[in-house]
Amino acid sequence: MFTKKRQFLTGILLGVLALPLVGCGAQNSNIPVGQEKIEPVTLTGAGSTFVYPLLNQQIEAYRKNNPSIVVNYQGNGSGTGIKQVSEQTIDFGATEVPMSDEQLKAAKGGTVLQIPLTLGAVAVTYNIPDAPKELKLEPEVLADIFLGTITDWNDQRIATDNPGVTLPDLKIAVAHRSDGSGTTYILSDYLSRISPVWFSKVGKGTSVNWPVGIGGKGNASISGTIQQTPGSIGYVELAYAVQNKLPVATLQNKEGKWVAPSLQGASAAAVASKISTDMRVSIVNAPGVDTYPISGFTWALLYQDQRDKAKGSALVKFLNWSIHEGQTMSEGLLYAKLPPDLVIREEAMLKTITSEGQPLLK
Amino acid sequence: MEESENMSNKKKLTASLGDKTFRLLTLLMAMSVLALMVWIGWQMVDSARPSIAKFGFTFVIGRVWDPVKEQFGALPFIYGTLVTSFLALIIAAPVGLGVAIFLNEMATSKVRSVIGFLVEMLAAIPSVVYGLWGIFILAPWLRETVEPGLAKWFGFIPLFQGTPLGFSMLAGGLILAVMILPTIASISREVMAAVPNEQREAALALGATKWEMIRIAVLPYAKSGILGGVMLGLGRALGETMAVTMVIGNRPDILSSLFAPAYSIAAVIANEFTEATSDLYLSALVEIGLILFGITLILNVFARLLVWSVERGPKGGISS
Repeated sequence: MFTKKRQFLTGILLGVLALPLVGCGAQNSNIPVGQEKIEPVTLTGAGSTFVYPLLNQQIEAYRKNNPSIVVNYQGNGSGTGIKQVSEQTIDFGATEVPMSDEQLKAAKGGTVLQIPLTLGAVAVTYNIPDAPKELKLEPEVLADIFLGTITDWNDQRIATDNPGVTLPDLKIAVAHRSDGSGTTYILSDYLSRISPVWFSKVGKGTSVNWPVGIGGKGNASISGTIQQTPGSIGYVELAYAVQNKLPVATLQNKEGKWVAPSLQGASAAAVASKISTDMRVSIVNAPGVDTYPISGFTWALLYQDQRDKAKGSALVKFLNWSIHEGQTMSEGLLYAKLPPDLVIREEAMLKTITSEGQPLLK
Repeated sequence: MEESENMSNKKKLTASLGDKTFRLLTLLMAMSVLALMVWIGWQMVDSARPSIAKFGFTFVIGRVWDPVKEQFGALPFIYGTLVTSFLALIIAAPVGLGVAIFLNEMATSKVRSVIGFLVEMLAAIPSVVYGLWGIFILAPWLRETVEPGLAKWFGFIPLFQGTPLGFSMLAGGLILAVMILPTIASISREVMAAVPNEQREAALALGATKWEMIRIAVLPYAKSGILGGVMLGLGRALGETMAVTMVIGNRPDILSSLFAPAYSIAAVIANEFTEATSDLYLSALVEIGLILFGITLILNVFARLLVWSVERGPKGGISS
């Protein structure tokens, strides 16, 4: 009796264990005869939170046509992405901050390629009671507000750029991101470019030593802070400003034109910038009349020599799809499109990626 | 006869063997806690080495935190952490004790169960929800009503000077007070409930009023437990991250005004750890965590000593 029961249980257990095998068999037999058998590949990526919504949508769409390639992407910060690529714990990273020379040298798997995935813009947003329809801030004024040298909204220098607008007698409260962020990096990069004082006193980075202001954690917290503090000014990603209908300041670009933040303005900045062969380039304050001055790339990070041929080949194919077909998804999600000329150069770059000495993309 | 003796001997043997095993097992568990503490501590010291080597003691007294120029000083964070935690304690300890006294000694059982449930509910709210409440309700209220009011009446004290922004040490302290209130209230309540009824009856029999009864019979009996509850609350306040970072203003400055934005140790680690790429920056963040570890340890030792000294004193109540 007892042994019978045990046999019965063992039978069930074996059956359950065998199920996945049967499943696999069925899947493999689905592939039409003559086509080569594709082993399913799982790719792991991590890094920039900014690119997360876009990448995730791209991954979903890509998977529909390529069920054998599974991509898992974690948005845990550009810094983490760089670190994990460098330690070779993930297959690719994504970052809004280009890797420094020292970081490139420290990477354990050889040469790291940095391939632009998308573009974003940083919008300056504010909360002024009875707000004017348009607030114009020229570069030096913007820098001096964030430096704390301009302290009141009715300052003469702000008034000069906004004729016909009466701004209240109110203290300016600067709000900034307190968590390390690519958004902060792009803004501080811009301010370093246009203001020698900012450059020497503060500099650029994902976290900086802010001369004035209060910090909020994440886009949600900073926009909440701004919304709840009359007289405040801060910055968020353009997508976030648009989705939440935040008022945005009009800025002056390098050509002296007044421009509101836009996806086209960010793409124009990429078109007008001279992009070096390694693609590590800052596009803030770029020339061109349509250019929005506070824009930046998000790069994918991957090794030029891939250790695992199957993985490497899947990764290169996915990224190639992402910079071509994948770009059609950008604007709906409020990301700027990569300029076509750049995409051609990026494809050429992807073609230099090899595994066991052979190129992975033909 | 002989056989039964044998049996009992055998029993004794197995029992003592079982006891021994059990003793060893529990000892092992107790030691594992100690080992874990030492291991964490050592790991942190090891990871903080670059920063310790570069800054030495100036790290603790330095007032500049500049990730771009890689200049790191922890004093503003230590200051912000201590000020907000003690502010929370000053507010939450009397209120928590009051809640406990009311629930235990005054309230009818219906009221007790409702309010008791609500107080415990406070502990169940996630800290990010407290943070959002802080941004959208507490901070504007502080900026528009409380801070101008305090400045008007107590503006001569440096604590209440400066521009009211809402996002401040005061906001951090208040939100922590709300968060540690249930800890203090429920522990105090349980300790008071454990006071034998004879104590109360004796006091009342001697003609004490209700308040006198609580003062001479209940509180002295429960004081070491209440102190323990307060210290547990302090521990929670020191380490709280999310709610604090959302309202404190995240500014590494040391200003005397409670209206000024500040920063706490836990908040800066949560904010900057994911984006810290250089070794020195990372190790500085670990070192600041090590400082928090140290502060918690010192305060806990201090709390132990306090509880001991209270316990060694007169037990209180009618008996003493």
